[in-house]
Amino acid sequence: MKIVVCVKQVPDTWSEKKLDPSDSTLDRGATDPVMNEMDEYAVEEALRLKEAHEGEVTILCMGPDAATETVRKALSMGADRAIHVIDDALHGSDAVATSLALSKALQRLGDGGFDLVILGSESSDARMSVVPAMIAERLGLPQLTFAKEVTVEGTTVRIKRLTDDGYQAVEATLPAVVSVVEKINEPRYPSFKGIMAAKKKPVDTVSLSDLGLDAADVGLSGAWSSVESFEAAAPREAGTVVKDDGEGADKLVEFLASKKFV
Amino acid sequence: MAEVLVLVEHSDGEVKKVTTELLTLAARLGEPAAVFVGSGFDTAKESLAAHGAAKVYVADDGELTSYLVAPVAELLAQLVSSASPVAVLLSSSADGKEIAARLAIKTGSGVITDATDVRDGPVAEQQVFGGSTVVTSKVGTGTPIITVRPNSVAPETNAGAATREDVTVALSEVAKGAMITDRVVEERGERPDLSEAAIVVSGGRGVGSGENFSVIEALADALGAAVGASRAATDAGWYPHQHQVGQTGKTVSPQLYVAAGISGAIQHRAGMQTSKTIVAINKDPEAPIFELVDFGVVGDLHQVVPALTEKVRTRKG
Repeated sequence: MKIVVCVKQVPDTWSEKKLDPSDSTLDRGATDPVMNEMDEYAVEEALRLKEAHEGEVTILCMGPDAATETVRKALSMGADRAIHVIDDALHGSDAVATSLALSKALQRLGDGGFDLVILGSESSDARMSVVPAMIAERLGLPQLTFAKEVTVEGTTVRIKRLTDDGYQAVEATLPAVVSVVEKINEPRYPSFKGIMAAKKKPVDTVSLSDLGLDAADVGLSGAWSSVESFEAAAPREAGTVVKDDGEGADKLVEFLASKKFV
Repeated sequence: MAEVLVLVEHSDGEVKKVTTELLTLAARLGEPAAVFVGSGFDTAKESLAAHGAAKVYVADDGELTSYLVAPVAELLAQLVSSASPVAVLLSSSADGKEIAARLAIKTGSGVITDATDVRDGPVAEQQVFGGSTVVTSKVGTGTPIITVRPNSVAPETNAGAATREDVTVALSEVAKGAMITDRVVEERGERPDLSEAAIVVSGGRGVGSGENFSVIEALADALGAAVGASRAATDAGWYPHQHQVGQTGKTVSPQLYVAAGISGAIQHRAGMQTSKTIVAINKDPEAPIFELVDFGVVGDLHQVVPALTEKVRTRKG
């Protein structure tokens, strides 16, 4: 089975994120970059499917030079090879443009180039959860998204899709696009051997023109939605904090009553 | 006046609150036209009419709900083409966002997700980075497609005719690619949906065990609230994953958020920081959650929460 896993480099969750005043994009220089956490689950799921069914896992990453670190991490976890889409014109791409570049990179693999595309169900910076569905739409493939369990049997893929009150069982015929939620598995840490091996694994660097795209199709110029303005949210007013001296619950219920919650 | 399409979220015709919020926002932009997929329109009609739906496109075809997301996107694309709406509004639920995503590609339109307000333009307001930054955005290409977070606006009553107009769509083979073979509802009791509840009571590491979550549930039931959990609690297996509030779980914005035994790490704050009123109970006076609260109690939740539950019950009689 041929599996492609899309990974994104994002600012560390623990760092303070800011927008760049010059073009309203995420100020990536201001934060520590890491692999999007949800994508670690996607890589792990791909590796487990490969271990069960044999095959190959390819990492697909769109991002600047610095995203090489994220690509290397995925390779050191055990993926076989990688495609890194790098182009300055991609800066500021919205979800529509991102899905376009990733779809073109997938199509470039040719007919039968992959059986499954696996992604994390959201990135921790943009948090839109739309790119998997957009890729499925662009490629005319079934989407099996928000999976908390994935199984493949022959040419059938089945998932349990996490819903607000339980799950839906969904099935499709390969090839298909799958997105995973956290807790689907426990991502492995790269081993020392894995880290050493990753250095020798092939990374195919791809530019926009390799994908048959023009700078105007992507980036800030190709965005179909744009930021008009942004500002810091008004800080919350400092509240009252009391120490429980046996009357904490009384004070709390008084507060709730004053706000008409009880 | 041009139409604004609103995709109705419902369960057998019981309209979700977020839909009434979307209709309220739609009335600011044009004439609200609801899109109702599945059966139960007769049940839904009253609520849709009371919140200003002039027209309701009804697609009562089992095929549309037998497959994941893609069929509804095809239906909406057809309506965008025939009705030329000024915007399409959907809920920021998993389905809502993914339908919006596919619709954007199909119609060559920009998409904005997780709006917390929509104004004439249309422009959408979003609160990003855990509520620390407010962004105003607009769609420059195609038909603006906007998903809105539940509890962003108070639903207003606004009489509409809710005139039924049946629509059919001939689904492509691609839309039938991912078949829903089963729907499993895990027991939630009578509690409201976490995403759109007016009050949420959440438990974290301080709760200590799965059994102890009964303390959190009891307070939630006394307040008529939904139950949430921090990542530490769901990672430990104390409470089901779909209740997780935070960066990698749900983002909620209730009128009242009660955090019990939750320290308030960034990961959690990203999912609840825009709640209108925040209350916390935590043993550690240095816990970052206290920076956010309107009212906080430094103390043992195992003492404070049951006592609070008792007092809430007494007050409510």
